[in-house]
Amino acid sequence: APSKKIYQGPYDTSEPMSALEDITGYNNYYEFGVEKSDPARNAGKLKTRPWSVVIDGMVKKPQTVDIDTLQSWFPLEDRLYRMRCVEGWSLVIPWMGFPLAALLRRIEPTSKARYVKFTALADPKQMPGVKAGVLDWPYVEGLRLDEAMHPLTLLAVGLEGKILPNQNGAPLRLVVPWKYGFKNIKAITRITLTDKQPTTTWSLIAPDEYGFYANVNPKVDHPRWSQATERRIGELARRPTLPFNGYAEEVAHLYKGMDLRRYF
Amino acid sequence: MPARTAWVSYAATLGALLPLPVLFYDFWTGQLGANPLQRAEQQTGLLALVLLLLSLACTPLRLLASRLGTRLLWPARVRKTLGLTGALYALVHLGIYLLDRGPGLLDFLQDALKRPYITVGLTALLLLIPLVLTSRKDSVRKMGFVRWQALHRLTYLVGALGVLHFWWSVKKDHTESLMAAGVLLVLFALRFLKKTPQLKKQQEEKKFL
Repeated sequence: APSKKIYQGPYDTSEPMSALEDITGYNNYYEFGVEKSDPARNAGKLKTRPWSVVIDGMVKKPQTVDIDTLQSWFPLEDRLYRMRCVEGWSLVIPWMGFPLAALLRRIEPTSKARYVKFTALADPKQMPGVKAGVLDWPYVEGLRLDEAMHPLTLLAVGLEGKILPNQNGAPLRLVVPWKYGFKNIKAITRITLTDKQPTTTWSLIAPDEYGFYANVNPKVDHPRWSQATERRIGELARRPTLPFNGYAEEVAHLYKGMDLRRYF
Repeated sequence: MPARTAWVSYAATLGALLPLPVLFYDFWTGQLGANPLQRAEQQTGLLALVLLLLSLACTPLRLLASRLGTRLLWPARVRKTLGLTGALYALVHLGIYLLDRGPGLLDFLQDALKRPYITVGLTALLLLIPLVLTSRKDSVRKMGFVRWQALHRLTYLVGALGVLHFWWSVKKDHTESLMAAGVLLVLFALRFLKKTPQLKKQQEEKKFL
């Protein structure tokens, strides 16, 4: 049945939602294989309950919390966001989740904390891609604290009002809509506050190709391909890519005075 | 060619050409997944590389067989078919890439110079042109066997550039491009197998055709 949800909040895009079969069938999730169709095929057996998330580092309230408890702390919101992959394609996805800022306020970062580091599950028994190697596991991502506190930054637990499918990062994934998709770490098991910029997985693999910031930027090309245009999945012609994936008004101020070519 | 191996030639032609209409059909009926142009681009690129590697496998196969005392004639015949269809897929691959990028020839030329993997891929395709043009039946006679053979050794360079192009175009997992590189190296190494006296005589004769 077609979605009856209405997305008219201040952060929702007015663009039409992508086909659900594309959102749940065309995924980059190397823990389950490198082909786009692998996650939908292989992630089904991932056990997402019980699931605990470790919150540690420079916080006043370090703790290990069950996912159901964690998500019961906050009202869940629906957000229709654009998602731009670094490979040059994009989707419009109806996430359901809560702002990361709400969680951070609850666990209270200390005055020394500058960055948030996220660590994903890496279980070779459940994840064929982890067993096969390919990347350095576990997958690690990170945000500057002010990026993490931005109201657009979401921890998603659902998709179109339902529980998040495993291939989309269940039970808990990060969504930062102005950055390339690889920042959106899936199956989060640990959230660590730190004073040092975390070494993130893709920037470790190819530092000249994938930076820490990874802000969507049509003017800064990937060394091997242009980032000026993208294909919205479902369309044949490419469209221009927008600075900060169309969220410049909301987030450009975070990077004022920074050379975005250097900090790509 | 003896009649009992004539079918190999037809089978090679059919087998090499069949993926093309299948690809068009799948495209038309929406069976190429969420990103059909990219998928078609990847598949034609892979087909081009595989067919070129197969065409490069023909001569080593004949040499190996002759070492084992069997005289094979069909590899030399299908070699041309495999090479030509490989070139055809490379051309379709470029066509899909251009379609994918959208209009703007100048942009494409800029891209071709700026991005090494495109430079390399395009070079490989351009090097295929003289090979295709000299694949006519009378080309060997017109050019002379030695010159023709020297020119067609370019196929190894095309293969190497193709593998590099493949390698650079992949985001991470290099399994397939590594396999292609391995195959190419083995084929190249096999060229240094000592020729049997019988085969040497055959080739000497050819030079004076």
